Amino acid sequence: MMRNLKPALISAVVVVILSGLLMGIRLSQQGTSLVLVGAGADVAVKIAGAALFIFLFNLFRDQLTALWLKVPALPRTPAAFSILAARPAAHRLFWCFLIAAALIWPFLTNRSNIDLATLVLIYVMLGLGLNIVVGLAGLLDLGYVGFYAVGAYTYALLAMYFGIGFWTGLVAAGAMAALFGFLLGFPVLRLRGDYLAIVTLGFGEIIRILLNNFTSLTNGPNGIGNIPKPELFGLEFSRRASEGAQTFHEFFGITFNSVHRVMFLYFLALLLVLLTLFVINRLLRMPVGRAWEALREDEVACRSLGINPTAVKLNAFTIGATFAGFAGCFFAARQGFISPESFTFIESAIILAIVVLGGMGSQLGVILAAIIMTLLPEVARQFDEYRMLLFGLLMVLMMIWRPQGLLPMKRPHMELRT
Amino acid sequence: MPDWFYYLLQQLLNGLTVGSTYALIAIGYTMVYGIIGMINFAHGEVYMIGSYIAFIVLAALALMGIESLPLLIIGALLVSMVVTSAYGYSIERVAYRPLRGGNRLIPLISAIGMSIFLQNLVRLAQGSRDIAMPNLVRGGLDIGPATGFHATLSYMQIIIFVVTLISMTLLTLFITRSRMGRACRACAEDLKMTNLLGINTNAIIALTFVIGAALAAVAGVLLGMYYGVINPYIGFMAGLKAFTAAVLGGIGSIPGAVLGGLLLGVAEAMTSGYFSAEYKDVVAFSVLILVLLFRPSGILGRPEVEKV
Amino acid sequence: MSAATPLLDVSGLCMRFGGLLAVNDVALQVHEHQIVSLIGPNGAGKTTVFNCLTGFYKPSAGSIRFRGEEVSGVPGFKLARKGMVRTFQHVRLFKQMSVVENLLVAQHHHMNTNMLAGLLKTPGFRRSEKEALERAAQWLERTGLLEFANRTAGTLAYGQQRRLEIARCMVTRPTLLMLDEPAAGLNPRETADLQELIAELRGEHGLTILLIEHDMKLVMGISDHVVVINQGCPLAAGSPEEVCRNPDVIKAYLGET
Repeated sequence: MMRNLKPALISAVVVVILSGLLMGIRLSQQGTSLVLVGAGADVAVKIAGAALFIFLFNLFRDQLTALWLKVPALPRTPAAFSILAARPAAHRLFWCFLIAAALIWPFLTNRSNIDLATLVLIYVMLGLGLNIVVGLAGLLDLGYVGFYAVGAYTYALLAMYFGIGFWTGLVAAGAMAALFGFLLGFPVLRLRGDYLAIVTLGFGEIIRILLNNFTSLTNGPNGIGNIPKPELFGLEFSRRASEGAQTFHEFFGITFNSVHRVMFLYFLALLLVLLTLFVINRLLRMPVGRAWEALREDEVACRSLGINPTAVKLNAFTIGATFAGFAGCFFAARQGFISPESFTFIESAIILAIVVLGGMGSQLGVILAAIIMTLLPEVARQFDEYRMLLFGLLMVLMMIWRPQGLLPMKRPHMELRT
Repeated sequence: MPDWFYYLLQQLLNGLTVGSTYALIAIGYTMVYGIIGMINFAHGEVYMIGSYIAFIVLAALALMGIESLPLLIIGALLVSMVVTSAYGYSIERVAYRPLRGGNRLIPLISAIGMSIFLQNLVRLAQGSRDIAMPNLVRGGLDIGPATGFHATLSYMQIIIFVVTLISMTLLTLFITRSRMGRACRACAEDLKMTNLLGINTNAIIALTFVIGAALAAVAGVLLGMYYGVINPYIGFMAGLKAFTAAVLGGIGSIPGAVLGGLLLGVAEAMTSGYFSAEYKDVVAFSVLILVLLFRPSGILGRPEVEKV
Repeated sequence: MSAATPLLDVSGLCMRFGGLLAVNDVALQVHEHQIVSLIGPNGAGKTTVFNCLTGFYKPSAGSIRFRGEEVSGVPGFKLARKGMVRTFQHVRLFKQMSVVENLLVAQHHHMNTNMLAGLLKTPGFRRSEKEALERAAQWLERTGLLEFANRTAGTLAYGQQRRLEIARCMVTRPTLLMLDEPAAGLNPRETADLQELIAELRGEHGLTILLIEHDMKLVMGISDHVVVINQGCPLAAGSPEEVCRNPDVIKAYLGET
């Protein structure tokens, strides 16, 4: 214990240095002059508390480690899930049940909940798409929101200038995002992983800066409004049909109810998520899925076997971008209005946090994490201000304690049956 | 001399001023990369924190009635260097040390988390609005005809050049002359071997984070005073640009970081001087992508030899 | 191709790292169905030569011709597709993947990698997967690893990992197999098995083999031709007997006396 006294003291002093000035004193603007405001006794108490905590933690760290070792080890994956993963039949049954629940649920709840669920589904889609890039191919993409923006603006601009519908827009948005992914990935994927992270970060910013400054095309910071809503085989979900079109409620002879549209959007998002899940599940069982894992393990060996690492990575990068494009198009259609404000680095960080929390490579984990990440701020409003702070902290802590995520899943391994 | 010459000279001076502070931040990236082969993603936030501390100290000293300029600057520099050193040290301890030696993606993600955390910590503690400070240093030297069009080298710019030069000289002396500096260079050559020779490599790694953070604080103080406005989000851009500078010069090389910083600063000043200030941020990224495309080892960097 | 043109023809190969000339003017010829060994004391530059030949390094000078085609500077993965496949001094398996998956990854560019075909599970895609599995099974049987097919590769014993690495090369259907110290770390019994395996690869599968090796018994036992390099420079070349008797070689290995 005495051995730890010095490091513990140092840590406590460091905590005071870290927080004393920055937290304890607040800069405040009064007219043109700058004044200092003391942050108050409560902050001082908090700083002292933090320092004391760190001091005690470091002082007793040997004892704590011993104590920690005595605690029975947490199961790597909750037992129920490992059984699930082991038995394909149970696995399939579980997913069917989940999908059925997602289908029935909107009929039992109210409008605002469905709306919230749609938002969750958008993040699920983004999380799953980014998980292809980060979790499966092991490429850290920090500009994922750039592709999301490309998708959203592709649909919004095409609708504004050429009056195209949602479904055509969806295809165009996916294709455009894929093109951007390809063009960006081509030069940088040859380089080391950390360069990719920074370049993609820069890419996300460039897209936002361009959207903000190309005022003649994108309307700049004011954004684009009146983006057409999706329609079902030409049936609109509005009270009155636009010229030459028919509305959903007229066609089916039911009274107009605005919930129909909300539900339609929900089902549409669900459809897109299911499509994403299907594609990922196939990818995992395809040569390219195996090549991603092999590449994560040993790039040199891959090259010696005739695999072109750049091409294989580019696959992941482009596919991931495509899903961001789909999500962006859906987002634009749902909101009816988009502006560069929706596509800041914070969004990328949230999507990355979803992937990290859920577990790299795990679909179920990403779904769960997207639900947690989207619902928590909604449930606890007072928590909103601290949201990003906690996201950051969460990312650090997850990497230290559970880098494999909440629900890590292994890729389904191909078996040789003899 | 014609007008265009003075205009060009002015852009050049502005570029070199900003560029020399980029260089200070870039040294932090390059030193950490040189030793552990990883990018310190939270480095830009350290710079931002340095600016905040500088503003707090300057305001506090002004309240105490101290008006001597050298005293103000030295006070701000010292305090913010101490505080950011603590940040650099903590970043290494929390976000890097426990994760060393595993999958490379993991420390990268934890550092991004750390960066988000620090940015929001400052936002919560200091508010998200711009904080402006009146100019402490006014006036400057006119170059060219006294009347009509001329270039101006402001006293603040001179201070920036002088302080940058002093910091870099001290750093060079430290690295080439001191025992710790020698250990640093040994670590950059071969971390494992240095450890086997009985040098506490953990301490050296922490030291590089601390040195990098202290230099970022210098940049924070100088740029904060130069622009006069700070907010919790300035670290993001500055970090990206300094990283670009480090890559441009050749990551891992300290002279490279300085050269890259100056070049990038000039390139930016030229863009805002001759095209549009809105696109100066785009320039940095375009430079980054072009360098990575055509010369990933940078201007002064050694090409990486892969270990098979 | 006439019998006179060698399968692999290396001349004037130089590799410079900064000021260090690691390989200097090395020449090497490998004819079809030959087993050629490249030997030399530690640090002689053997692996560097290998890395140049397999496209991991771009040689500073010299020419490498494979089937008469100049290939120096061609990226490694393209060389592998042309039929030059190597193993590594330190085994490089995909340790987290299963044994059979290691062999499937190796067949990547022979398989149907069309995205749409894979997503829709077309008959062509299924056939390609089935064929790859069959080929993998065939080579696992040949190397005696069939019973471990579904084990994680990292859990195999060292000797088995060595054999798996060779099997992994073989499923890529190479014409020239390049082995970097395949016997390193093997016991005499495993080395004997390895020698048998190499002889068989040449005999039954018509392979040409280039070998870096330290185990002189293995080298002398199976090589048709031996090339010796020392400190990056070519020292001697000839049949195993000639090389054994060469005074320069003896001096390089035993030091000046």
